[in-house]
Amino acid sequence: MTGRILGISGPTVSTGLKGLKLYERVYVGHALLTGEVVRLHEDKAVIQVYEDTRGLAIGEPIQGVGLPLTVRLSAGLLSGMFDGLQRPLEKMRSEMGPYITTSREIAAVDTMKKWRFHPLRKPGEEVGPGEDIGYLEEDSFRHYIMNKTSARQKVSWLADGDISVNDPLGGFENGGEIMGHINWPVRGARPYRNKHAPSLPLVTGQRSIDFLFPLAKGGTAILPGGFGTGKTILEQAVAKFADVDIVVYTGCGERGNEMAEMIDEFLSLKDPWRDRPLTARTILVVNTSNMPVAAREASIYTAVTMAEYYRDMGYHVLFLADSLSRWAEALREISSSLEEMPGEEGYPTYLSSRLSSFIERAGVVETLSGKVGSLSMVLSVSPPGGDFTEPVTQACLRATGSFLMLDTSLAYRRHFPAINWSQSYSLYARDVADHFETQFSSEWTRLQSWCRELLQKEESLREVAEILGAEGLQDADRLLMHVAEMIRADFLCQNSFTEDAFSTPEQTFENIRGIRSFHDQADAILKRGVALEEALRRARETV
Amino acid sequence: MRLSEHIYRTASSLAGPLLFVRNVFAAKFGEIVRIVPDDGAQILGEILRIEGDNVLIELYGESRGLDIQGMSVVFTDSLMQVPLSLDLVGRVFNGSGSPIDGMDMFIPEKKMPVTGAPINPAARARPEEPIETGFSAIDGLNTLVKGQKLPIFSSAGLPARELVAGILRNARTPVASGGFVAVFAALGLTFHEYAFYRKVLDGMKTGFVAFVNMANEPVMERLLAPRFALATAEFLAFEKGMDVLVIITDMTNYCDALREISTAREELPGRRGYPGYMYSDLASLYERAGRIRGLNGSVTMIPVLTMPEDDITHPIPDLTGYITEGQIVLSREMHQHALFPPMDALPSLSRLMQKGIGEGRTRKDHRTVANALYKYYARGRDLRRLEAIVGREGMTKGDTQMLDFAEAFEKEFVHQGDARRGMEETLDIGIALAERFRTGA
Repeated sequence: MTGRILGISGPTVSTGLKGLKLYERVYVGHALLTGEVVRLHEDKAVIQVYEDTRGLAIGEPIQGVGLPLTVRLSAGLLSGMFDGLQRPLEKMRSEMGPYITTSREIAAVDTMKKWRFHPLRKPGEEVGPGEDIGYLEEDSFRHYIMNKTSARQKVSWLADGDISVNDPLGGFENGGEIMGHINWPVRGARPYRNKHAPSLPLVTGQRSIDFLFPLAKGGTAILPGGFGTGKTILEQAVAKFADVDIVVYTGCGERGNEMAEMIDEFLSLKDPWRDRPLTARTILVVNTSNMPVAAREASIYTAVTMAEYYRDMGYHVLFLADSLSRWAEALREISSSLEEMPGEEGYPTYLSSRLSSFIERAGVVETLSGKVGSLSMVLSVSPPGGDFTEPVTQACLRATGSFLMLDTSLAYRRHFPAINWSQSYSLYARDVADHFETQFSSEWTRLQSWCRELLQKEESLREVAEILGAEGLQDADRLLMHVAEMIRADFLCQNSFTEDAFSTPEQTFENIRGIRSFHDQADAILKRGVALEEALRRARETV
Repeated sequence: MRLSEHIYRTASSLAGPLLFVRNVFAAKFGEIVRIVPDDGAQILGEILRIEGDNVLIELYGESRGLDIQGMSVVFTDSLMQVPLSLDLVGRVFNGSGSPIDGMDMFIPEKKMPVTGAPINPAARARPEEPIETGFSAIDGLNTLVKGQKLPIFSSAGLPARELVAGILRNARTPVASGGFVAVFAALGLTFHEYAFYRKVLDGMKTGFVAFVNMANEPVMERLLAPRFALATAEFLAFEKGMDVLVIITDMTNYCDALREISTAREELPGRRGYPGYMYSDLASLYERAGRIRGLNGSVTMIPVLTMPEDDITHPIPDLTGYITEGQIVLSREMHQHALFPPMDALPSLSRLMQKGIGEGRTRKDHRTVANALYKYYARGRDLRRLEAIVGREGMTKGDTQMLDFAEAFEKEFVHQGDARRGMEETLDIGIALAERFRTGA
């Protein structure tokens, strides 16, 4: 089915080709650029093109594929680095040089590579939809091969040994082949049996998050902050240290140098929970700010679909996107080239429903094969001018469970991570408290409230001190301010460039408990009528 | 496919910089057209939108005096290209790439599209070699590295151009390289400013290439000039192995031009009237800085912008800060105290500094010194507010010492006038300063 280009405007082209479906994938022009049908109007179709449209001419061919935009799910995705359309960037570099110029279809994963297959079933056995048939060895992970059809099937034969992703791994009695790969439409969530409420903590290794605003496996969090507040550094720190099986990191409309730095670093680091290189558990999806805008819009869907695929194997998967605002801006750009009616700040009115249905793809699920997997999300947001009342931050707030507000004034003081302790919150704190209490210490929640309260008190004391001077405060209050300073400098601050970048929950707990007992000691000495400086000195000696 | 020039005389409407032409066959998106009036010089334009055989063209030049009946429109079948050759070095061009230094056009070695192509993120090499600018405030606390984009956020009346001139004169790479060249893009400059920069460029020993769009020249060229500059920089860096420092001033004029043209196109305005795609547009410039694995050269960028109303949350500095790797912020208060460069150390930041300093790059103790200076200064600045309320008498001895440090830091470390300071000297001053006040910390 071939038609012609009738009109071009920015990243969208129109055609008179009949029979196209909404969100069908099309090839545009002689260069075969990838596009997606975004609107059908009478006898015209409007196509959003994922690549640079400069140089396209009127009358060039347009070809429908008959299928929506898909990602290829198979072994070999781990440690890969893809663009927003799942093209492997490393392979593109070796084939077309340092610049991304022409669009060519390149297989997402190496189709020549052999994987060891272990069957879990025997010929004659029945397998329900989504149930395991066997697994491939993908690094240290078991890459489960599931029944991808929607019906119960009887296995007729299964291979055993080294097999590439394009070869059949077995067959069903109805004649169907069991393949090691599947093409899944990016905009459709993958199915599961049940969804559960999050109850396990997601340990990030960041003291301020784990202790004050804990995240949950299957939960969602946003990190909004103005520029220079360390969003990316924090996202990357979480990607490095989180206690999950698989990490999918999306660089969405951000800096190219940052990605180069990240790749370098990930190559040299170890997975802190397994004795494997960090890259072995990571998938990178990168669409930097200068790459085509429409592909930026698609990139988070491409990435989350890969994340869901590993979740379906029963893994804990963490999805990170930096930054969701750039995705929303891409949506706005496309919307305005379609001449849609704009909502707040020019964003389309469907911004918040798109966002919430995207964020709802997170969660703890019982997979079709009966395993438990989770998909957690940590999303950064870049509010213009650091103003949190803007539409993207607000829409995210309604859809996510944890708000880690990054504060410009803390960043100016080089207090990193610059998480504001009085405005941030985590709705998972209660859900995961039990786990921390039973696993680490029954004092966990109590210490947490002590710490929060103390920081709160310090804030009001500081206002008083600014008027009266520190000398004007009572000794007990000055002690409190001293302890708050200790909490800020030694506990909440964490330098991502040193050993301290990662703190286990045990270390986190020991650290805060140390500060607490220092406070208690000094307070007791103070009560005996000793001057503050002296009390501090003595407490320091005893602790 | 046409592979040749087509000439039409079917222009149907003209409004400001926008021209409609009817009955055009197989027009290309982004194609360059030449408008040839009956009388007078020809103007370039670019195809902005195509609807069937109706084509919307944006003119790069002044449309005043044009007449749609009399003009011919030549469709060139090619995208905007920049002619490239080593002979570019030492030359001055206007915003459309024509020489304005009185000499003839050079013979190009090759031509490349001005917009360039995005660097594959997998092909980027991590920026990690420092560039010494000769200013302590930058070298010591916010080190610039090859391949970085580090903007200067200035305000009306602050000496950004003197700072830029100093960097142009003094910048050097400590590690030997395949040559150092400055590419200078002037956007909407007044003659007064241009004359100043011209003098600096003429006085430089190392090479330069300049693309100049003056305040009274067409607005479209303001969008084009930085792209010419960057395509040139990429050529010199990645094909000729040079370290290229691109200076673009003033980005505020660029963004205003973008807004003006967006409004003429009747696009939906975003914040403060700037178009919604300004982030992507700025990124298409800024992201061209970088290094490439396996190649020698580098493109380092210092865009200069003037914050309207000294407001750092204004869309121009805001979007810039989201794309660039840090920022150098100039302070009116320090300028009033006659300190030069008047860099405010607190909001200034170089994100790529960490890898560019330390042993083998600058000096082993660089990180420790920088951290100590920053910490003391931030403390001292905090205390200034307290001092304003309770007075110096109400403060502890430690606190007053930090106050003194902040003052000494501004006067002795940041302030250096016109002198050039090497990295060693910068760090030694820093250490001496930190030592003097260590007891107060």
